[in-house]
Amino acid sequence: MLQTTNALVTLDNAGLYRSGRWLVRGVNLSIEAGEIVTLIGPNGSGKSTTAKMALGIHKPDEGEMRRRTGLKVAYVPQKLTVDWTLPLTVERFMRLTGQVSAREADAAMAATGVFHLAGAEVRNLSGGEFQRVMLARAIARKPDLLVLDEPVQGVDFSGEIALYDLIKQVRDEMRFGILLISHDLHVVMAATDRVICLNGHVCCSGTPTTVASSPEYKALFGGRAASTLAVYEHHHDHTHLPDGRVEHEDGSITDHCHPGDGHHHHHHSDQARPHSESDTGRNSDA
Amino acid sequence: MLDDFFTRAIIAGVGVALVAGPMGCFIVWRRLAYFGDTLSHAALLGVALAFLFEVNITLAVFGVSACVSIALLLLQKHATLSSDALLGLLAHSALAIGLVVLAFMTWIRMDLMGFLFGDILAVSKTDIAIIWLGGALVLGILAAIWRPLFAATVNHELAQAEGMNPERANVIFMLLMAAVIAMSMKIVGVLLITAMLIIPAAAARRFAPGPEQMALLAAIIGAVSVGGGLFGSLEWDTPAGPSIVVAAVTLFVLSLMPAWSRRASTPPAPQAPVSKIEKGSRS
Repeated sequence: MLQTTNALVTLDNAGLYRSGRWLVRGVNLSIEAGEIVTLIGPNGSGKSTTAKMALGIHKPDEGEMRRRTGLKVAYVPQKLTVDWTLPLTVERFMRLTGQVSAREADAAMAATGVFHLAGAEVRNLSGGEFQRVMLARAIARKPDLLVLDEPVQGVDFSGEIALYDLIKQVRDEMRFGILLISHDLHVVMAATDRVICLNGHVCCSGTPTTVASSPEYKALFGGRAASTLAVYEHHHDHTHLPDGRVEHEDGSITDHCHPGDGHHHHHHSDQARPHSESDTGRNSDA
Repeated sequence: MLDDFFTRAIIAGVGVALVAGPMGCFIVWRRLAYFGDTLSHAALLGVALAFLFEVNITLAVFGVSACVSIALLLLQKHATLSSDALLGLLAHSALAIGLVVLAFMTWIRMDLMGFLFGDILAVSKTDIAIIWLGGALVLGILAAIWRPLFAATVNHELAQAEGMNPERANVIFMLLMAAVIAMSMKIVGVLLITAMLIIPAAAARRFAPGPEQMALLAAIIGAVSVGGGLFGSLEWDTPAGPSIVVAAVTLFVLSLMPAWSRRASTPPAPQAPVSKIEKGSRS
């Protein structure tokens, strides 16, 4: 069942044991060139841990990790803070782990919309700006494998969609293999070749359609999440307004994506809400 | 010209400052100030052992500091104590053992003050050779591990994921630190080595647009401090080592002046009374 032939990286029944418990266990996963594999799952389900095993940051305590020799990796970690004492401009940050030509760095920064920030100090950037810079750095590196741990957190909603489009585009053009961790279920489902749904173990995996219709997925995220896919397959039949409400194709404005669905426990007020997680993602986590 | 003790002192001091600047930047970036203290405290044990086994002091100090660095790395991996507690434990146990060992050797009359505060005016030509050759070696190795070390300073996991081997860079850096401590002990003394590492780097921070520039600037500021401190000590008859540190602190305080604000993007420092000049120059 494991395609070891061309895989960039393969986790074979991998598990990680820390402080008396298994953070994640029995993970089978392989990523090939030009493929986007997405990890989804609730908080603490082992998504980042799994990614770190694939990256070689943690050595699995059981099972094994194999990667193609000479594999070039780029990583966008979930959290990165730069201390005040470190004078680090965006332009220098682009060359953090390897030489990148000025032209390629510029192109990547332009693609993620941070070209104008090249001279800025990294610690002065907003969360969303820094996220774009990290993505630009990873892309400019031209890796074989790109690992993105919630790459669009803090990015505004329209930017979010543009960045996911960009991720798809680099996959198509440069044939990167991409391992993506995301909370944005509805975007993920559209942009992904294979979804792996984690909850301490692989709870289900397959194409987005298979996963979304599997009983395990529904059990984990609730029936509401399953309809997410349906929403996305209609494609942009609605627009998310900055205040969190939704404008539908017929021009009506409702609080949520589904006009008929009153069964929601959002706690958003009238002010703009944090946009890193989609409404569906948040509900399912609750 | 090396026959003049003052010239020798300047050459040795500048040599140390040129190495301490870039190394000190990493100490500041990685919040390792207390680690520098620990190594320099442990240096006194090195001195005691050097007398005991009649070996070169610099070598013995390097050996002990290196052992303490490695011990720290191992303890951090396995012990349950926090890093600062471990550092305190290592620093003071090494210092205490050093003093006890020295007390046992009643036949040795040594000037403890010389080790605590340095004796830069007594450097020999051999010391100069050790400092400049050793310093060149340290800087060469630092340059070679610069990229992985810096990447690991920004984010360890990122560096590891992208194949930078940060673990190896860390170990090498710790050994370089031990070497710097051993080299600079005679110049500013055990108690003030950390100052030579941290203060020039801290003074350089506001003017540096990037890490490499900060390292270079820290080296220059350190060298200027050595010159200023030594001339000051000659002029006012003050102890040389502490005078160098005072000169460095003076430069640091000057660096805080609001008039230096590098560009508009840095938020202006709280307005001090001196800001008259600043307003004029800014347009």
